[in-house]
Amino acid sequence: MAQQTAHEAAHHEHHHEELGFWRKYVFSTDHKVIGIQYGITGLIFLFFGFTLMMLMRWQLAFPGQALPGIGGLFQKIFGDKMVLPDVNGHPGVMTSELYNSFGAMHGTIMVFLGIVPTAFAAFGNYVVPLQIGAPDMTFPKINMASYWSFFLGGVVMLASFFCPGGAAKSGWTSYSPLANITDQVPEFVAAHPVLGLIFNGQSMWILGMVFLITSSLLGSVNFITTIIQLRAPGMTWMRLPFFVWAQLVTSFLLLLAFPPLEAASIFQLMDRVAGTSFFLPSGLIVNGAQIHISGGGSPLLWQHLFWFLAHPEVYVLILPGIGIIGEVVANNTRKPLWGYKAMVFAIFVLGFLSFIVWAHHMYLTGMGAAVSAFFQTTTIMISVPSVILLTALILSLWGGSIRFTTPMCFATAFLPMFGIGGLTGIPLAFNALDLYLHDTYYVIAHFHYIVAPGTIFAIFAGVYHWFPKATGRMMNQFLGRLHFWASFLFINGIFLPMFLQGMLGMHRRWYDGGASYDISKAIVWGLSGFDWNKVISISAWGLGLAQLPFIFNFFSSIWYGKAVGRNPWDATTLEWLAPSPPPHGNFDHAPEVHRGPYEYSVPGAAQDFIPQSEPTSPTAPAAPALAH
Amino acid sequence: MLNRFIGMPPNASEHGYMIDHMLEFAHWFMLVLFVGWSAFFLFTIFRFHRSRHPKADYHGVKTKASTHIEFMVVLVDVLLLLGFALPLWGKRVTEFPKNDAVKIRVVAQQFTWNFHYPGVDGKFGKQDAAFVNSGNELGLDPNDPAGRDDIISKNELHLPFNRNVILEITSKDVIHSLSLQSMRIGQDAVPGTLIPIWFKPIRAGTYEIICGQLCGLGHYNMRAAMIVESQEEYDNFLKEAAQLSGGGAAPPAPSSEGTAPANPPPSTTPPGQENLKVPSVPNPAEQPAGAPMQANPAPGGAPASGGITPGPHR
Repeated sequence: MAQQTAHEAAHHEHHHEELGFWRKYVFSTDHKVIGIQYGITGLIFLFFGFTLMMLMRWQLAFPGQALPGIGGLFQKIFGDKMVLPDVNGHPGVMTSELYNSFGAMHGTIMVFLGIVPTAFAAFGNYVVPLQIGAPDMTFPKINMASYWSFFLGGVVMLASFFCPGGAAKSGWTSYSPLANITDQVPEFVAAHPVLGLIFNGQSMWILGMVFLITSSLLGSVNFITTIIQLRAPGMTWMRLPFFVWAQLVTSFLLLLAFPPLEAASIFQLMDRVAGTSFFLPSGLIVNGAQIHISGGGSPLLWQHLFWFLAHPEVYVLILPGIGIIGEVVANNTRKPLWGYKAMVFAIFVLGFLSFIVWAHHMYLTGMGAAVSAFFQTTTIMISVPSVILLTALILSLWGGSIRFTTPMCFATAFLPMFGIGGLTGIPLAFNALDLYLHDTYYVIAHFHYIVAPGTIFAIFAGVYHWFPKATGRMMNQFLGRLHFWASFLFINGIFLPMFLQGMLGMHRRWYDGGASYDISKAIVWGLSGFDWNKVISISAWGLGLAQLPFIFNFFSSIWYGKAVGRNPWDATTLEWLAPSPPPHGNFDHAPEVHRGPYEYSVPGAAQDFIPQSEPTSPTAPAAPALAH
Repeated sequence: MLNRFIGMPPNASEHGYMIDHMLEFAHWFMLVLFVGWSAFFLFTIFRFHRSRHPKADYHGVKTKASTHIEFMVVLVDVLLLLGFALPLWGKRVTEFPKNDAVKIRVVAQQFTWNFHYPGVDGKFGKQDAAFVNSGNELGLDPNDPAGRDDIISKNELHLPFNRNVILEITSKDVIHSLSLQSMRIGQDAVPGTLIPIWFKPIRAGTYEIICGQLCGLGHYNMRAAMIVESQEEYDNFLKEAAQLSGGGAAPPAPSSEGTAPANPPPSTTPPGQENLKVPSVPNPAEQPAGAPMQANPAPGGAPASGGITPGPHR
């Protein structure tokens, strides 16, 4: 089957008609174009979500002071109700409404519009078919629908900033009942009964989520089918590159975890517009008056449905990242990954366990001993495969001949920072310790170490690694180094002090950065908890500046980078067999696979790498079995 | 030691020491692992840099040491889980103190903490959302005698030290979270549920109460004070509070059962009389520029700031 399809595609290539601009670059069904579309949109959203946070960091470090320089513009964009003048009359102080909406949208955008599309969809679309030797995805049109559904979701989310009352303000978790009762502007609802119910922050957030979830479901079905059906002849399961395994498990997570949230989102929308009470208990009193609802619902039901998605989602965010790191590490240490089989096994266990740990986000909701014991035990169990993955990646370095290319710099830095994120999860796994740490900055630092210095560094590693494949040109190494060192310095400047703030007891989602609390006045390591906000904020703006060399490098290298051939990194996996950039249909002729994914430095070989497509010969002998 | 080094404030409750010990242990465990891994990692990237090791070794690490280390990690995890975590949590939720405990209800609302004391009879009055009005924010049934002596304090929780305390926590509107970090305990306030927690304060003093769950625009300033004092001072507080509220939380209303909403309190009653208002935690004057804070009033009702001031209670 796989062979036949690949063959047909190769055959088809000889007489396909030239497509117009729109079909070729915009409404394309080619997995590579879709991957690049996902990548660029995702990177833009990542920067946008980070910009929201850079603005919030001003308010946290200098609450009540007008934004310097851009205050007037800021007020023009978000209006006089959302941005106020400071005591001296300078415009540019965000209100608590705007702060909360930025907070909610930062989380939503980073997770659903930034990392998932970039780490999963962009790299998955571009790299997976190439790595398994397929001419395209199984369902190219569904693939296009997936991207455009995602795009619409993004547009809806962005439009919600300009609804009356602003974007959603209930956190990216949108806990009911808060999310049910906020964001209705009474005058607007009175003037436009139907539009008023839909065209407001929270309802738009829900609609946007429905598009995004649909997009992920379409994408994940496509990935699973492609990986199972379209592998090139000889590409047996244990010859799959580790990145493909990571994408396969991620696809299953998305496919199985997202539908409950899609249903829950619709429930919440019905609560808001149709008068249902899925998540509203009886007798709610808001603003001193009983609100008119039928009641009888449960606020905790939303949390269960939400976290049933959102915990597997954490692994959706990190697994593609680990996959990318695996590829980059093997290629740049010039040796096979240590414990490839154990790693594959570990991500399957991780994927399975990620479905039964969700309630550890809800330790403070009033849990009995039995339920709590179950979720604490599963949470501790999930640390075992995580430790295996990290150990395997670190041990893979031993005995290598490490080339510190730009992608390898990011991959190397990923390891200890992902380690910090993982280790600080240990105390949070326990219900009793969570009594102190719940919703403090300790938690913020913990999960950001997983997704920011973790996944986002992996994304950078991936961009630098596969850029020559996608464009036929290298990115500039000096600018890459600059980007790396500045990012590494500042990202730790952001998240390390947050552990201190968290230990002081400072909580997240404080509009004034904790200025109203005495606990944030306590001194730790020479600064008060509140003053650490300034260090963090300056680091955040520094991290923003550190992205400029990357942006410049990215665009200038498309046209002016050093031109390279098919395999500039001397890599083994199949994507490097195709021309750079690969044409429609990918390969000159259908590839065949003769060996494992990482046959670097095989004893007796002529070169220090043997591509997967290379048959056994005297200069490319069969690789000896590995003990690990 | 390690906890204090990274900023953890001192504990003030009986069970808190156990939580601190466990966290201390977890932090040492993490530190050892991180230092061990990092040392290996740094040595490796130095030693196997291409300039020092031009030809890679196909086989790499051959020892089984990592398996043993992983096994040790699992063992420590299991020890933390079975030795500390499960017993500690079990004690929190199954071993509630029986008779001698002080029982107080905590009712959260945007953006105020109400603390509801049962009064001398030790019984909470019946509550119903239908009775809620501006003079009876907790909806106490005016016809229930058990509620006559109830005391409601806003944003100030008084507790006697060295006695077990049971707090029953709920919310009127959205989810809040009662975070008593100095006591090493917390609990979400979920509307429609009444969830108890217990602890024993062992150090007198004034502590901050934090709302730990995003509850709306005024969330960042939804704070209250917890005053842990001697039994005598606590009794004085209750006595003064009872006098101030005229001995009854809700004035008896001549309304018949089921006529909701309840009648407003008689005009002769000073508004807010039955809700003892003690001075709230002073809003920080040092808030850098009050402009946005003032210009942006929380819609959920006045963020409680002093009402009637009862005499100083110590």
